[in-house]
Amino acid sequence: MSTPGGSVLSVHEVYKSFGDEQVLRGVSIEVPEHSVTVLIGASGSGKSTLLRCVNLLTPVDDGVIRLDGWDITDPEVDPDDVRRKVGMVFQSFNLFPHLTVLDNITLAPRKVHNMAKETAEAEGRALLERFGLADKATQYPDRLSGGQQQRVAIVRSLAVSPRLMLMDEVTSALDPVLVNDVLSTVRDLKGEGMTMVIATHEMGFAEQVGDEVCFLSSGTIVERAAPTQLLHDPQDRRTQDFLRRVHEAGRL
Amino acid sequence: MSQPEGTHTPSAEELRRRAVRARQARRRTTIAVVSSVLVIGALVVLVVTSPGWDVVRSTFFDVDYAGEVLPAVFAGLLLNIRLTIVASVLISILGLMLAMVRTSRAPALAPFRLLATGYVDLFRGVPTLLVILLIGFGVPALGLSGMTSSVVILGTAAIVLTYSAYVAEVLRSGILSVHPSQSAAARSLGLTSGQTLRYVVLPQGVRRVIPPLMNDFVSLLKDTGLISVLGVVDAIRAAQIESSRTFNYTPYVVAAILFLILTIPLTRLTDRFLHRSIERQNAQVGA
Repeated sequence: MSTPGGSVLSVHEVYKSFGDEQVLRGVSIEVPEHSVTVLIGASGSGKSTLLRCVNLLTPVDDGVIRLDGWDITDPEVDPDDVRRKVGMVFQSFNLFPHLTVLDNITLAPRKVHNMAKETAEAEGRALLERFGLADKATQYPDRLSGGQQQRVAIVRSLAVSPRLMLMDEVTSALDPVLVNDVLSTVRDLKGEGMTMVIATHEMGFAEQVGDEVCFLSSGTIVERAAPTQLLHDPQDRRTQDFLRRVHEAGRL
Repeated sequence: MSQPEGTHTPSAEELRRRAVRARQARRRTTIAVVSSVLVIGALVVLVVTSPGWDVVRSTFFDVDYAGEVLPAVFAGLLLNIRLTIVASVLISILGLMLAMVRTSRAPALAPFRLLATGYVDLFRGVPTLLVILLIGFGVPALGLSGMTSSVVILGTAAIVLTYSAYVAEVLRSGILSVHPSQSAAARSLGLTSGQTLRYVVLPQGVRRVIPPLMNDFVSLLKDTGLISVLGVVDAIRAAQIESSRTFNYTPYVVAAILFLILTIPLTRLTDRFLHRSIERQNAQVGA
């Protein structure tokens, strides 16, 4: 139950059911500072639920989640305090369509972190500049391509300087060219030392950015290892089956 | 720690958390109950002990007199209910037609769009009472053959005309609130623009405007009383007749309570329906 030194995120024996369906059955992960943990597995294996549990969007049925050693599953904890420290990027972007790109990005810094409008906008513009989106600041999200929207969404969650970033299949709604835009953005973040937990179907990407890859099946982590090890020499039969099916699908 | 399928024994930590949550829930309930009793109790005491309370009670809350006038007021209320039901059906049809015409883009419908806009401007802008007087007294004065001179029918027609304009605007805002990508998806499946409206846009748009539509419905129920100016005896008019006989205002209170008995459950029912349909759609199930 103790938190090993240096872990930003520590998930211990987490259980979650929706009705009769057990989605998570005793999942544990440790994410050290500046490291990236990648979750892979078939749809419905519990990847997204695990991320939602960490962000307290979904309450856990059992188990403990710690952020920098702080038990965030304690009922006395204010979920807003947790979410201020954790950034989340969604599969379907979830940008606010009624706000410009810059307003999307500065909303939380201004309203949640009480930053002055000028400061927030200057920092927002700097972030957009860094991710090659400077010319989109005054546009509305619906006018951007999917890849640009997702990169704006990443910038939006970066704008509050989170301790941890959660990415939930952030490229699943994008075409291969746009996927690369987004993935290189995530690689940049990794290069800057951002601690992340990423659920993805992109095996090549998992190998590039992951420090550890966890394979989930029916709500448990079946196998975990360094990316090269897990993706090229999986030990568990279920992992082997899954990766074989992924490769077969890639050939079609 | 592995468990057989479907069973999971909660850990000590989870049991502790459940205990904490139960304690928090109990505390919230206790605070809510205590604060309600204190506030409501204070209000009751304040009203009942105020100097004029006895006079107020005999003038507005005479229970025996209330029982005596109840049948007459209730008979009037039945008219309000009947008018509301008939009118709401007609208003729905007319309002929906107006909203569809106003949101359509077909070039052939251009003159109708113009007419619909003019209609809404006119009937939303003129006071309901004025429309009722104009139609209720004005139309019979024309002496047209075959035209009814029933004030109930003419009064209802006036209300339908006015409320259709309100409802059309509410429905139009609902239709416009549905994201264009929804229409694009439906059209790409080969649905015609009419089918897109019927099966994709309207179901989403109407659900969003159910609360304001409910407002209009409750408001309609109350405004059916306005046709009493044409000499029709509804609940309000019946109460007025009674109280002008005795100079006691209990009949008005009786009418007010009857209206509340109708409108409050209706609102709660709509709320529940709305919550259920939102929850069904947003259920976070699976990974």
